[in-house]
Amino acid sequence: MGMFEDDHPLKGEMFQILKPDGTLQSGMKPPLSDQETFHLYQKMVFIRLADQRALMLQRQGRMGTYAPIWGQEACQVGSAVLLQREDWIFPAFRELGATLMMGIPLKTIYLYWMGYEEGSRAPQGINVLPVSIPVGTHPLHAVGTAWAAKIRGDQIVTVAYFGDGATSKGDFHEAMNFAGVFRTPTIFFCQNNQFAISVPRKIQTASKTIAQKAIAYGMDGIQVDGNDLFAVYAVTKEAIHKARSGGGATLIEGVTYRFGPHTTADDPTKYRKEEEIEFWKPLDPLIRLELYLQGRGLWSEEIKKRITDEAQKEIDQAVNEAEALPIPEAEEIFKYVFSEMTPPLKEQMEYLKGTLSS
Amino acid sequence: MPKLNMVEAINLALREEMEKDDRIIILGEDVGREGGVFRVTDGLQAKFGEQRVVDTPLAETGIVGTAMGMALYGLRPVAEIQFDGFLYPCLDQITNHIGRIRNRSRGRFTCPLVIRVPYGGGIHAPEHHSESPEAILAHTPGIKVVIPSTPFEAKGLLVSSIRDPDPVIFLEPKRIYRAIREDVPEGDYTIPLGKARLVQEGKDVTAIAWGAMVREVLNAAEELKRDKIDLEVIDLRTISPMDVDAITTSVKKTGKAVIVHEAPRTCGLGAEIIALINEKAFLSLQAPIERVTGFDVPVPLLKSEHYYLPNPKRIVVAVKKVMSF
Repeated sequence: MGMFEDDHPLKGEMFQILKPDGTLQSGMKPPLSDQETFHLYQKMVFIRLADQRALMLQRQGRMGTYAPIWGQEACQVGSAVLLQREDWIFPAFRELGATLMMGIPLKTIYLYWMGYEEGSRAPQGINVLPVSIPVGTHPLHAVGTAWAAKIRGDQIVTVAYFGDGATSKGDFHEAMNFAGVFRTPTIFFCQNNQFAISVPRKIQTASKTIAQKAIAYGMDGIQVDGNDLFAVYAVTKEAIHKARSGGGATLIEGVTYRFGPHTTADDPTKYRKEEEIEFWKPLDPLIRLELYLQGRGLWSEEIKKRITDEAQKEIDQAVNEAEALPIPEAEEIFKYVFSEMTPPLKEQMEYLKGTLSS
Repeated sequence: MPKLNMVEAINLALREEMEKDDRIIILGEDVGREGGVFRVTDGLQAKFGEQRVVDTPLAETGIVGTAMGMALYGLRPVAEIQFDGFLYPCLDQITNHIGRIRNRSRGRFTCPLVIRVPYGGGIHAPEHHSESPEAILAHTPGIKVVIPSTPFEAKGLLVSSIRDPDPVIFLEPKRIYRAIREDVPEGDYTIPLGKARLVQEGKDVTAIAWGAMVREVLNAAEELKRDKIDLEVIDLRTISPMDVDAITTSVKKTGKAVIVHEAPRTCGLGAEIIALINEKAFLSLQAPIERVTGFDVPVPLLKSEHYYLPNPKRIVVAVKKVMSF
């Protein structure tokens, strides 16, 4: 467990491999091959464009309230790419990247934000829970699922994604405590994007870092540059390896920045200054990866344009398919409440259908 | 007199009460710098400072639990829970502590606080942002539950809630936050808790509603006029304690009643009101009472929300059914 010892959260150092200028920290090696790096870069571009498209659709009245992930692509791609088919993730509501990486179709993600219940149905075999809007409530589920797998003798891991705000909730602490006590194979991935709507990170907790909270629960914690794909990848890989080999849970704090609003219903100019955004802009996870890939002879504006065009076509298709879906039938709101529709629900459904046809 | 919407009326009530009473503290998520996600507390932190209008960590149980502690010590906290769906974790504090501390301590400790919660559907909000949990709260001993239906009502009721010696949950129908503008006087006026409002007199059927549903009932009443059906409309205002007299007086006059609520049907307040009418006015009834309610399903996402919400059409059908019994 070298990494977690070397980068103990009380040392006050953030783990980083790839610097914002696209060069490697001295003595560090990239954890991914050039080909793998390019592949993940391409995913990150796709995710950023898909996210921007959702914002645009909302502005055009074609989508409901949406929570953009802009700026958090490295956290989500660098961690979720390491998961295997039998692993599970428990997303909060800003996880377009991680859920796409797990194989949720973009169309499905769009459907959810467009207001279709179908958008919460993960395809068979993909263990991605519906988004959790009540903040910080779902890490407990990730612990329970990991615990169950441990009881069953399965070598899976579970990942809970949440933000800095979630760490203030009682449920978060209970989840950490259970994971510590029962040594569950759980990764707590906190994307510390500096804000819970308008409330800055320093008001969420008086701890110096979020990662250090792990210590109190008897588990490893590490603060990582969440805008550094390599660092996120390396740390998550170690945490997953540890979890699969019986070493228990890890709290990863990915330090990142939410470039967009909390949701499309929010006006961030009320609570943050332009200078702050300017400070973070050069730390954008895509910029350093482009600089790095350029240095490896794998990136140019033309290459970017090509992958952007390809991505846009795929996104167009997802939008078209999502928008082709008709308004759900009235029956749909009753159908999935129980395994079998109860007599009162049947009566209510018949009544509703009657009022619709009269 | 200024014409205000409900957001502005509540803001005015908070401002005026805070000017008069330095024990009042506002706490909640995003209530300070941002002025609340609905802007209900807009400008209050700038006016009263960060000690009195407090952005808290993101923890609803923490907000409500510490508000109780403040109230025990003599402050008058007005806590905001950002959305209805996030009130549920607070039920532990509300049910086990806030609602019973007076009783448990035989009056030695009391808990005069207000918990404001934007509630209900109809704004195409995301999941967990359209709940109507009023029956759960009304079912909780020791808690008063107040629901305004217009800007004027909101101001007068909130002032009374803040001044009340007991804990009050103040549910704000977010759907009509900005839908109605009316005269709201500056300065002191209060609307007593526990008293319903006779919104419209009528002779044929009593319609009982609260919050955003009052407006739906009034729209239905307009349609019913064309069929010469004269609806009497009661806005309960306070659902706990309920104004039983107002309900029974009206039902004794009309002999017929329709209850409208957005919350799920089973064990909704409609059931309680029917029981009360049975107890107090059974012999006046000329027809079975009808309920127009939400369904026993989680509030659907925006594409299907219209199926769920009671609307004038459904209310008209119910009233006609009662009339034709």
